[in-house]
Amino acid sequence: MHYKAQILDAHEMKRAMTRIAHEILERNKGATDLALVGIHTRGIPLAEQLAQKIAELEGIQVPTGKLDITLYRDDLSEISRQPIIRRTEINFDIGTKKIVLLDDVLFTGRTIRAALDALTDLGRPKSIQLAVMVDRGHRELPIRADYVGKNLPTSKTEVVKVKLAETDGEDVVELWELE
Amino acid sequence: MGTGVKHLLDFQGWTVEGIQGILETADVMKEVLERPVKKVPALQGITVCTAFFENSTRTRTSFELAARRMSADVLTFAAGASSLSKGESLRDTIETLNAYKVDAFIVRHHASGAAHQVAKFSGKSTINAGDGRRAHPTQALLDAYTMLKEFGKLEGLKVTIVGDILHSRVARSNAELLDLLGADVTLCGPATLLPKELQKGRVKLTNDMQAAVKDADVVMALRLQQERMNGGFLPSMSEYALTYQVNERLLELAKDHAIVLHPGPMNRDLEISGSLADSERSRIIAQVEYGQAIRMSVLYHLLVGKK
Repeated sequence: MHYKAQILDAHEMKRAMTRIAHEILERNKGATDLALVGIHTRGIPLAEQLAQKIAELEGIQVPTGKLDITLYRDDLSEISRQPIIRRTEINFDIGTKKIVLLDDVLFTGRTIRAALDALTDLGRPKSIQLAVMVDRGHRELPIRADYVGKNLPTSKTEVVKVKLAETDGEDVVELWELE
Repeated sequence: MGTGVKHLLDFQGWTVEGIQGILETADVMKEVLERPVKKVPALQGITVCTAFFENSTRTRTSFELAARRMSADVLTFAAGASSLSKGESLRDTIETLNAYKVDAFIVRHHASGAAHQVAKFSGKSTINAGDGRRAHPTQALLDAYTMLKEFGKLEGLKVTIVGDILHSRVARSNAELLDLLGADVTLCGPATLLPKELQKGRVKLTNDMQAAVKDADVVMALRLQQERMNGGFLPSMSEYALTYQVNERLLELAKDHAIVLHPGPMNRDLEISGSLADSERSRIIAQVEYGQAIRMSVLYHLLVGKK
């Protein structure tokens, strides 16, 4: 795999998150009943960043949760390598919330399908919306994001890496090419 | 993660990391069991056969529910209602069940080594749910998990297991696993029921009940197998209860925080006093509860990501 280009730097990522926070507040008419759920791994710091932004803008601390979708993957009985499984931690009643799901990259849509299944097994939210840092296309399911940091048309041989300070030591979005 | 092994027959060939992986995943499964919908689609399309050639309530129901809660299909085989009574061999029975496209076998058998045979005959992932006096690895895992939840670690924990050690696959598997994970295990029982070969690593043998329980963190009572009474191993049940019963008086010698375990089924007021089994020191119900999370975790580790 070789490096092709930098798509977003730390400032651009921060601006994208600020815009998404504004869009969420506008669409939901404030932060009442809102909750943010990050999908392991990089969706979690994104959810926390967004919660902080919403607190700055609205003065309300919205609850955040962590969702692991491993047990809901539709290819789990077919794969040849066991995925790492992590804890789902959602410490609020999702039945009373409008949930915004957070992930770093939206690609085939299969992770989001699994996340919808996992989330609805925990209760019946008022609504579920989706926010991603990068939408790279190539959907295999009828799923679209409500909030997108950057729309990035890619080829299937390209890899989009969203790096976050919390998980990777720096905030940057990069494009790589498979060998 | 990944255990790298296909079967759970005993702990031979298992690494500490592999076992820790099972214990860690059990935390995730425990959380699943606390949800309104206690079911995940992880094993959709997989068929698990519980082949029980010996009676069991908790182990079989626990495995079947664990498999169903992972969305596996379950084929239940119970020896009592089978062609075994017509003389069919273990091999023929397993090969017949295997022809139904089973992906994994969960086996209980009165003969030591039967689970190994099933693994060999079927070629499929096999979990030993108790074979003769040899091994009962998921019981040992759930016991270790119960201790881990209580004390946060196993290293240096003093665990005393009391009873008919000779005939107990639970004692064997616990001694093997707990020694591997760094606990100090003492096996205690009448001299006629203490097999010398188990004294290795940190595992000690004694028939001195007071010394065995002194300063223990965990005391586990084993079921006195009343069918063994005819073998001349014990003079009488009442004498056994007098010397080896785990009760409140004895527990005073253990640490203040000591907990009591029992793999079930219990003979109340024989190997354990009924009041102690119901006391706040008892974790017997927790063992049953954790058993399901452990079995879900074992199924995940053995069946996912192995194609």
